[in-house]
Amino acid sequence: MSHTNPQQIEYNLKVVRQFAVMTVIWGIIGMSLGVFIAAQLIWPELNFDTPWLTYSRLRPLHTNAVIFAFGTSALMGTSFYIVQKTCKTALFSNKLASFVFWSWQTVIVLAVITLPLGLTSTKEYAELEWPIDILIALSWVAYIIVFFGTLVKRRTSHIYVANWFYGGFIVTIAVLHIVNSMAVPVSLTKSYSLYSGAVDAMVQWWYGHNAVGFLLTAGFLGMMYYFVPKQAERPVYSYRLSVVHFWALISLYIWAGPHHLHYTALPDWAQSLGMVMSVILFVPSWGGMINGIMTLSGAWHKLKTDPILRFLIVSLSFYGMSTFEGPMMAIKSVNALSHYTDWTVGHVHSGALGWVAMITIGSLYYLIPRLWSQTQMHSVKWINVHFWLHTIGVVLYIVALWISGVMQGLMWRAVNAADGTLTYSFVESVEASYPFWFIRFVGGLFIVAGMILMAVNCYRTIRAGSPTVETLDVEPAPAHTAPQSA
Amino acid sequence: MSSFWSAWIIVLTLAFLVGIIWLLRWNMSNYTHIKEGELMDHEFDGIVEINNPLPRWWMILFWITIVWGFVYLALYPGLGNFAGLLGWTSSNQEVLSLEESRAATKANREAGLIVQYDREVDYADETYGPIFAALSARPIEELAQDEEATEIGQRLFLQNCAQCHGSNAMGGKGFPNLTDDDWLYGGSPDAIKHSLIAGRRGAMPAYAGQFSDKQITELANYVLSLSGRKVDPELAAAGKANFVICSACHGQDGKGNYALGAPNLTDNIWLYGNSQETIEETLRHGRNGVMPAWKDILGEDKIHVISAYVYGLSQD
Repeated sequence: MSHTNPQQIEYNLKVVRQFAVMTVIWGIIGMSLGVFIAAQLIWPELNFDTPWLTYSRLRPLHTNAVIFAFGTSALMGTSFYIVQKTCKTALFSNKLASFVFWSWQTVIVLAVITLPLGLTSTKEYAELEWPIDILIALSWVAYIIVFFGTLVKRRTSHIYVANWFYGGFIVTIAVLHIVNSMAVPVSLTKSYSLYSGAVDAMVQWWYGHNAVGFLLTAGFLGMMYYFVPKQAERPVYSYRLSVVHFWALISLYIWAGPHHLHYTALPDWAQSLGMVMSVILFVPSWGGMINGIMTLSGAWHKLKTDPILRFLIVSLSFYGMSTFEGPMMAIKSVNALSHYTDWTVGHVHSGALGWVAMITIGSLYYLIPRLWSQTQMHSVKWINVHFWLHTIGVVLYIVALWISGVMQGLMWRAVNAADGTLTYSFVESVEASYPFWFIRFVGGLFIVAGMILMAVNCYRTIRAGSPTVETLDVEPAPAHTAPQSA
Repeated sequence: MSSFWSAWIIVLTLAFLVGIIWLLRWNMSNYTHIKEGELMDHEFDGIVEINNPLPRWWMILFWITIVWGFVYLALYPGLGNFAGLLGWTSSNQEVLSLEESRAATKANREAGLIVQYDREVDYADETYGPIFAALSARPIEELAQDEEATEIGQRLFLQNCAQCHGSNAMGGKGFPNLTDDDWLYGGSPDAIKHSLIAGRRGAMPAYAGQFSDKQITELANYVLSLSGRKVDPELAAAGKANFVICSACHGQDGKGNYALGAPNLTDNIWLYGNSQETIEETLRHGRNGVMPAWKDILGEDKIHVISAYVYGLSQD
């Protein structure tokens, strides 16, 4: 850095490379854990009679690994790349960026150690105990400083839409994490939530649903808004659509949490508000899908030859499908059937495997050659094979759990007309689910196989290249026009 | 909810929805200085954006959902303390005890409000209540012979009792097998029904403080000898001396006592396991068994039918 020409700035691609590599590694680990616990549902012996390998301990490890290790590493890496490139400036601080990387990886390693030991706050998607929560908060504050610091010192007049989404995601996750994790520690490894009863449940799902809304939706829309127009080499379809769907999406999402608590002790008024906002949310959610897919107009033929673009566009299709399904499931009468069944699990995975994983995989296939001075991945053919492995896996997974979910919902509510007793006991619905759990397990195997192929492809690409050094010529006196909000 | 918080919710919700309408209307007009369909005047790392209008069908969908939102909030509870024009609630709100719940049910019924949960319970009671009342009027011994009644009893058992006693009613560690003829509190129809209605609490005290390790081993040997198991005769003989304490509940002959729920120790049927080690553990640390009381959950009529099913299990 120090020996570059004063009229040149060097992008910090090192931290992007670190995050990119860890995204692939955590992806394999997190998804393999998912396949393992899917197998445990069919063959419970697979816990080998040890507490550390029981489903109840590995399931939170799976969710933490895919959301916070795989997904968040992808978001941190791509946001650091995109914010530099679209703001024409280097990161605000290389030291802080490095701290973000190492502290975040430490958080994940601590999760890998503590969750199998049974140390948990019991809050879904926020299971990590308080000392780790504090480290998460520190890491996240550093992330905020690096990202927004870079935005402030940008050399462009406007802020590109991808950065609005990343910025919205980064700020909101900080607020959600801190509020939901408030707890009274009783020892280094045990704490009790500051909230109780229905309030605790509401805070938890305000957090839980917005982790989906901001981390898994808004953050990845930021990724989409850069890599789709880049790979398609087309202009973004509608500027004004991006304005209205950004503001409507982030403001509506915040209200949607109560739909996780339909027909519970949560007061009716909160349930209704959560449902109404969830249903309206459907439309701005689709705004992102329209803007992404329509960006391809005039370049549809590229889908035939470009498997990276195929990953990106199919991810948007899954995004559209799950953001239609979600609002529908938030309607109370639909929720009465779907809640607590496999349908919910299938819905989450159509979002997580279809949208989040596919947009990430496509983006990494674009990014990795560019980070290691290559023009393309070692094998484009393998990308195509990966695309099909992943797509088949996701479809098997979702369809299997749709069927088992609706079946479970119908079995649980079936009543004998003669005496009003339930037709089926719970165990009978479990027994009926086994074939579908097997199909889900097979779907998972397809997905992990694809990820391993991706890892080999990345390894070959990286080994053939060398770290990219990318500089930007800048005016001696930076033309920093007055910032305008977009 | 206080009127302050109610107003807070109403104002926040309505102001928010108006804000969404404003956002949508604002972006329906072309406020940029670029002609529609042309590129915006900024570029980011080679990415440009077109100033296309919002898709018409998408905009219409947005309006429909917003209007629907207002209609829903007018009909159903949502805006703070405003109850909604339909007078519907899912359940009695803000009740903190069973008594309050019953009072609210009564009051809401008289006021003609739609409390969905209460309506469903009322429907079930009206439709199925007479069926169970008729079954309940017949003696348990007779019901146990009635195929239809046993099937109803089995379904109720599977939904309410199988979690502890197992789908086949054969129990598990700490949960009695209901298919053999060995009973902790008696196997007569009345005794079974009483167990279900009022529940049971079995308590075996802990003797770790009272007996030494050696004495516990001796006692365990003696207890095992009662059911004809091969034991060290010397240890068993030594244990017999201390069994006098145990006999207060289990009886001098070790055959147990229904009144106290003290198990028969001579039949080689074991609630917590039959190894020397487990029996020593029982002696050392004691055991606490809990059968919950079902009267308030299922009502006497349904309990009567389940009792007949359980009674029938050991009658074959």
